[in-house]
Amino acid sequence: MAWTGNVLRVNLTNGSIKSEPLNKQWARDYLGQRGLATKYLVEEVDPAVDALSPENKLIMVTGPLTGTMASTGGRYSVVTKSPLTGAVACSNSGGYIGAELKMAGWDMVIFEGRSEKPVYLHIENEDARLLPADEIWGKSVWEADGILHRRHQDPDMRISCVGRAAEAGNLYAAIVNDLHRAAGRSGVGTVMASKHLKAVAVRGSRGVGNIKDPMRFMQATEAGKKVLADNAVTGGGLPQYGTQVLMNVINEMGAMPTRNMREVQFESAHRISGEAMHEPRESDGKPNLTTNAACFACTIACGRISTIDQGHYTVKNKPEYWHASGGLEYEAAWALGSDTGVDDIDALTYGMFLCNEDGIDPISFGATVAAAMELYELGAITKDDTGGLVLTFGSAEALTTCAELTARGEGFGKELGLGSKRLCEKYGHPDLSMTVKGQEFPAYDPRGIQGMGLAYATSNRGACHLRGYTVSSEVLGIPEKTDPLVTEGKPELVKAFQDATAAVDSSGLCVFTTFAWTLDDIAPQIDAACEGEWSSEYLLQVGERIWNLERDFNLRAGLTGKDDTLPKRLRKDAANVGPAQGMVNDVEAMMPRYYAIRGWTEDGRITDETRQRLGL
Amino acid sequence: MIRLRVKLFASLHVYLPDGAECNEVTVEYPAGITPNALLAELGVPREMAHLVLRNGVYIKPVERDRPVLGDGDAFAVWPPVAGG
Repeated sequence: MAWTGNVLRVNLTNGSIKSEPLNKQWARDYLGQRGLATKYLVEEVDPAVDALSPENKLIMVTGPLTGTMASTGGRYSVVTKSPLTGAVACSNSGGYIGAELKMAGWDMVIFEGRSEKPVYLHIENEDARLLPADEIWGKSVWEADGILHRRHQDPDMRISCVGRAAEAGNLYAAIVNDLHRAAGRSGVGTVMASKHLKAVAVRGSRGVGNIKDPMRFMQATEAGKKVLADNAVTGGGLPQYGTQVLMNVINEMGAMPTRNMREVQFESAHRISGEAMHEPRESDGKPNLTTNAACFACTIACGRISTIDQGHYTVKNKPEYWHASGGLEYEAAWALGSDTGVDDIDALTYGMFLCNEDGIDPISFGATVAAAMELYELGAITKDDTGGLVLTFGSAEALTTCAELTARGEGFGKELGLGSKRLCEKYGHPDLSMTVKGQEFPAYDPRGIQGMGLAYATSNRGACHLRGYTVSSEVLGIPEKTDPLVTEGKPELVKAFQDATAAVDSSGLCVFTTFAWTLDDIAPQIDAACEGEWSSEYLLQVGERIWNLERDFNLRAGLTGKDDTLPKRLRKDAANVGPAQGMVNDVEAMMPRYYAIRGWTEDGRITDETRQRLGL
Repeated sequence: MIRLRVKLFASLHVYLPDGAECNEVTVEYPAGITPNALLAELGVPREMAHLVLRNGVYIKPVERDRPVLGDGDAFAVWPPVAGG
């Protein structure tokens, strides 16, 4: 129950579309969304396969609470093998399409093979068909979205789409849904485009009705909403300032990755912060932030909707960018801003619009531009390579031109689309790539937040903050404050966050609820909705099982414990200012204990005993 | 007297003394002033002072009645906030 019990299997090679029953035992073991789709991937795809070959599969998946009245119950994920990292990829998105897919009657859609010609999948409840995408191939996400809505004459249809970057082979291309939400990381959009699948358009009108105990579910979700509303973070801070409130916090504590992580504080952080988004501009008297916004069923509403000054150089005489759209979240503001040294908030917002318009991950993009700027400074990249572009740190024009080129997959943008690992290798300075397993870092310098170094190094999808967000404890004091500058206790903290997050990511709920909710708030909602018994303890076990399943995929894909590390800069070059001055990240000191409590060998392999305990 | 760089962020900006720019103002206070006394001076309700940093380092609640602030220090305060 709560699951629809239906899986849609789409073979793009021969065009067949079939409905099949969901594997209920796997749902019991892996819950849904991230965990359940990973189980399907592990069972059906050889981990050693080329991520961009027809043999890879792409799974769009909901959780059991997706589409229900549970707060934030609108999430869906895209699971595949990543072309950026060679590891398992799972990118999670909000918006509305997850709920729409569920209300059309599907738990997940599995895409196999590769279409000879570009196609899109149109789903209207039980009716699903592949249609020619000639008219939208080569178009941006925004253009394609408009064309499909007009073609089907259905304003309520929800669309996930890839842009020109993905078509051009950008390795960190995103799948954008509802115009400005995205399954953003690890190149899931690149895989989708490699299958010649341009879009998935969904209309579902069946609702989600098969709840195990509807009355208890209403009570549990109501109680959960009250906790979110009464909490100062989810009921006040997040809707008002969004994730961008962290810009000044992280900068103040000296953990703001700046200029390709050479520095740990950005002198202009206040100019691109959440607070700055509220300040009226001198030019038109309006703030950058137009309003906040919520995804399906969300009672937090942390999303940022922004408008660029119409006189700003980026959009002057370009009315197509004058509307309000998805603005700067903290991760984008950091990557496009402090990591490149750019402090022009409207230029960053324009960069964000382009990332949404053509589907690229702003974290990987910004970090790759930052790496390119350092290579340029060293003389390893010259104007001959960039097509005349002067790539200096702090240049807003350089950043926005890079964004235009990368979004469209043109000129030097094709090189930027390789990601920083391949770019830095190509130009002879692999140590300048700030990545783990080939994926770029998010916005927390691990020299000042030690636990995050371990979380990054061991993340199953490469550097990522959302796989184990110990910032919550080490910086924000949620659920309790720990010292960010020490390594003691961090292996346990990282493991606890990783396991709990894997469970939340498999439920259909948003991980941001966990600023207020613990698993004790979440378990009653899942238990009332889903067949079986779902306690907090069982959810943690499910989370640990998922973590190990992902790890197992990666090991079979060829990754080893040696990949669980950080770039030399973060291990050898000490922070230059702030509370962490003189410190590096001591990931080596934390790793043995982490492996031990995971039940892995000293070189990071899963022991038979652990496999048996978790039922792998 | 000591000079402190007082920074009040997010919804606490309304408590900033006159002359603040970009959420920050430098003000003189008597030497030995404690974080809680300073918060009272600024009018910041104690329950709203969730994240309290001295030069970027967290001041634990038990330390907020001690004279831990020195001349030239940055004193930064946030209400309960989070992001990701």
